[in-house]
Amino acid sequence: MKKSISLRVNDQERNLEVEPRTTLLEAVRDQLGLTGAKLGCDIQVCGACTLLLDGKPVSACSVLAVDAEGCSITSIEGLSQGDTLHPIQQAFMEFGALQCGYCTSGFILTAKALFDENPKPSEQEIREYLAGNFCRCGCYQEIMQALKNVRREG
Amino acid sequence: MEPTEIGRTYRRLDYETKVTGQAQYLADMSVPGMCHGKILRSPFPHARIKRIDAAKARKHPGVVAVITRDDILQDQGIEPFYGPVFKDQTIVATEKVRHVGDPVAAVAALTADAADEALRLIEVDYEELPAVLNVQDALKSGATLVHESVKLPSSGFADLAEIKPIDGTNICTHFKLDRGDIKRGFAESDQIFEDTFTLPATQHSFLETHACIASVEPGGRITVWATTQNPFVVRTQLANIFKVPVSKVRIIVPYLGGGYGGKVYPKVEPITVALAQKAKRPVRVVLSREEVFYTITKHAAVIRMKTGVKNDGTVLARECEIHLDTGAYAEIGPRVAKKSGYTAAGPYRIPNLKIDSYSVYTNKPPAGAFRGFGVSQSAWAVESQMDIIAAALKIDPLELRLKNGYNEGDKFVTEETLRAVGLKECITAVADSIGWERQDRLRDAETRGLGDQENRSSVRRGKGLAAMIKATITPSISCAVVKMNEDASLSIYAGTVEMGQGSETVLAQIAGKELGIPMANIQVLGVDTDVVPYDLTTSSSRSTFHMGKAVQLAAQHIQRQLQEIVAKEYNVPLDKISFADGKIRLPETVLDYSEVMFKRFGMQGGTLVGDGQVKTSTKNDFGEKSTSAFWFIAAGAAEVEVDIDTGKFKLLKYATAVDVGKALNPLGCRQQLAGAVITGIGQAIFEEIAYDNGQLINPNLVDYVLPSLGDMPPVIDPIAVETPDPNGPFGAKGIGESALIPVAPAIANAIFDACGVRIKDLPIKAEKIFLALEDQRG
Repeated sequence: MKKSISLRVNDQERNLEVEPRTTLLEAVRDQLGLTGAKLGCDIQVCGACTLLLDGKPVSACSVLAVDAEGCSITSIEGLSQGDTLHPIQQAFMEFGALQCGYCTSGFILTAKALFDENPKPSEQEIREYLAGNFCRCGCYQEIMQALKNVRREG
Repeated sequence: MEPTEIGRTYRRLDYETKVTGQAQYLADMSVPGMCHGKILRSPFPHARIKRIDAAKARKHPGVVAVITRDDILQDQGIEPFYGPVFKDQTIVATEKVRHVGDPVAAVAALTADAADEALRLIEVDYEELPAVLNVQDALKSGATLVHESVKLPSSGFADLAEIKPIDGTNICTHFKLDRGDIKRGFAESDQIFEDTFTLPATQHSFLETHACIASVEPGGRITVWATTQNPFVVRTQLANIFKVPVSKVRIIVPYLGGGYGGKVYPKVEPITVALAQKAKRPVRVVLSREEVFYTITKHAAVIRMKTGVKNDGTVLARECEIHLDTGAYAEIGPRVAKKSGYTAAGPYRIPNLKIDSYSVYTNKPPAGAFRGFGVSQSAWAVESQMDIIAAALKIDPLELRLKNGYNEGDKFVTEETLRAVGLKECITAVADSIGWERQDRLRDAETRGLGDQENRSSVRRGKGLAAMIKATITPSISCAVVKMNEDASLSIYAGTVEMGQGSETVLAQIAGKELGIPMANIQVLGVDTDVVPYDLTTSSSRSTFHMGKAVQLAAQHIQRQLQEIVAKEYNVPLDKISFADGKIRLPETVLDYSEVMFKRFGMQGGTLVGDGQVKTSTKNDFGEKSTSAFWFIAAGAAEVEVDIDTGKFKLLKYATAVDVGKALNPLGCRQQLAGAVITGIGQAIFEEIAYDNGQLINPNLVDYVLPSLGDMPPVIDPIAVETPDPNGPFGAKGIGESALIPVAPAIANAIFDACGVRIKDLPIKAEKIFLALEDQRG
């Protein structure tokens, strides 16, 4: 039995028909074609599927689409303003904070949520907030450098 | 716009598409009419398949095709056996299943859910067989055989031609290396050290699981979108399995979400193509996280190392037995065994050697290539034992390494001459980076750790070093084409797979530098075997050296063509034509490339095609034996803090130095070095696949722990040492694996230095240190 849900995705109203068991990640990827969020571990530990749900980072692999009814969702595709990239995106490029890129949208969105909550996080706060995102290429030092730099600019 | 430079950091060409979420990875792609494939896997480590009945699955709504052994064995168009070295794998199990997770059947259906439902309707009767679950059991006489016989050979690999399994045993391969006179070496030694070291199986854990889309046209033409590091090898294997010429197989590779060796050789491609062929429509298979653990692992190893030394620290003799658990299928295990064997002497001159390196079949998921490729295993033993020797002889571990380490022009264990080896520079650089002080290292065991009575704090600090040498796959081939377009922009056709290492950017830099063209005007095309020329593999840290050189040669070929056009069209002798800053200089004038293109073609159009080919051989330029086209050299140094009350330890700093030849894109180099260190930290202190009677008990990323941002040491110092290789592009060598290999022994050596506990079994865990400290306390 499909259910109708309304979401506000990257500032646009979207109405979707989903199965009750459809995850938010499946809905966003398969129905809206927003594939920046990736399935990595499927059990909420790797962070590759991160989306912002009403501004808070969630593992979209483990959120049911029907539970997101009425919520506002930000995906990596909605982060830049026109052609201007978000400062975190820019810092990631400048400091080499990615290699294969599979984890990148999750890291950037989680970092955005951190800076929205806490514009001047300490190094320890960055480490703790982003502990739920894995980068298997091992770009952690560069990610830290990028985020410390965003912090300085902010 | 400035002409491209080397030795300068450029923003990577793949970044903008990746930070905006636009980059397409395989699981983001679909093709019209595509179905979804799922795989039924063995629940047993070893069993005979008595009966398999898929009738109900075939009738399930939405099911388009089902594959069982009957489909594989009865189809005249399919060669059932394949594998990169031995033909011991089949698309689905035929007689027996040989490990938990071995594919038994597969279903393609209109939806992934229908495919999953249909899998549960396939009836399989198994007769369980005794299983061999570790190397020791597999080697016992009368042990159950994983393979009763193994088909030979399928390999086109010249370096593996002589390698064969030993009939009637579970020995997949035995690599031997003898040098000097081992008996005399030990007889002349003042002291002999004998230790056994072990490493567990681990998993690559790329965040992108293996996936594949396959489509088979009625004429037999096969198109495959694959998450593979070596599309041309997969093409050959598919052509053999489906009995078509390679020209009928097309492999397209999008960006990979990590590879680290776990995406070389066929993985999910054969089963996806078989499903697509049966379904007569495209099929996509995306493996789950759990399935990745059943698909490929890193070799667990047991290494027994006996080393004879003089009291002054000169290493005279080594006997070493390496047993690598290759799992149920050979995969590339034979070469892993060979590389482990070659490096059992480490980067040290040891005149007398007896090395036996085995890959051994067991009833576990197959082990294959993993960043470090056999050398992670051998170096764990070599570098740990170096410090055991140093402590016993009361010699500074740094001095012991410098005393025995390779110099330029020394002979490797294969008797070939080593060139461009910046070993001592690397060792010294990391030691300096962590503030290595010689006198600190000479303190006696009595004042280490527990013995340090005057220290009231329970925290002890220690420092440790490790080094390594590794070969790249040789012989091998890389071909490249560079096209100059009518506006003098460049298109680069290269089979190197961009999996995060930054190859696109470096290849563009090389072509841009050679022709003086700005980076902004260079495009590196995606990998499509119908379009790009042959490349053996994106692995073995070989792409910058081999493909980089091929691109450089292709760019030089364009330059020669431009020169000839100018000579003819402008009537200038060839030797009066020179190139600088992207322009052609004649005695009287300066020409733009696009002017010359216009002159050649008479209008705005046309293409110049540059061709570059690199083939390495088992003989070098001087006709000597060549095991490796170039040598990777690296060293690592760790500083740790150990709490002697709990065994808990912290990594305070890690320095890595790699002889990169020439850092073409310095930030890219540092990224590779620091990234490899993080992977090394995972292997050193967290990662281990746990088994219970052949069942994997942690095939997920909760129970299989990966390092996260919080586990990063406060400082990683990546140091690029530059000893140019005369055959590399601008002197560059490969760097992908080097920094990883010394990490585990460097940390173990630092822990010993801090508290006197010697860990010989990876991973290094607080509880192991705690228990050893308890033993010390008595």
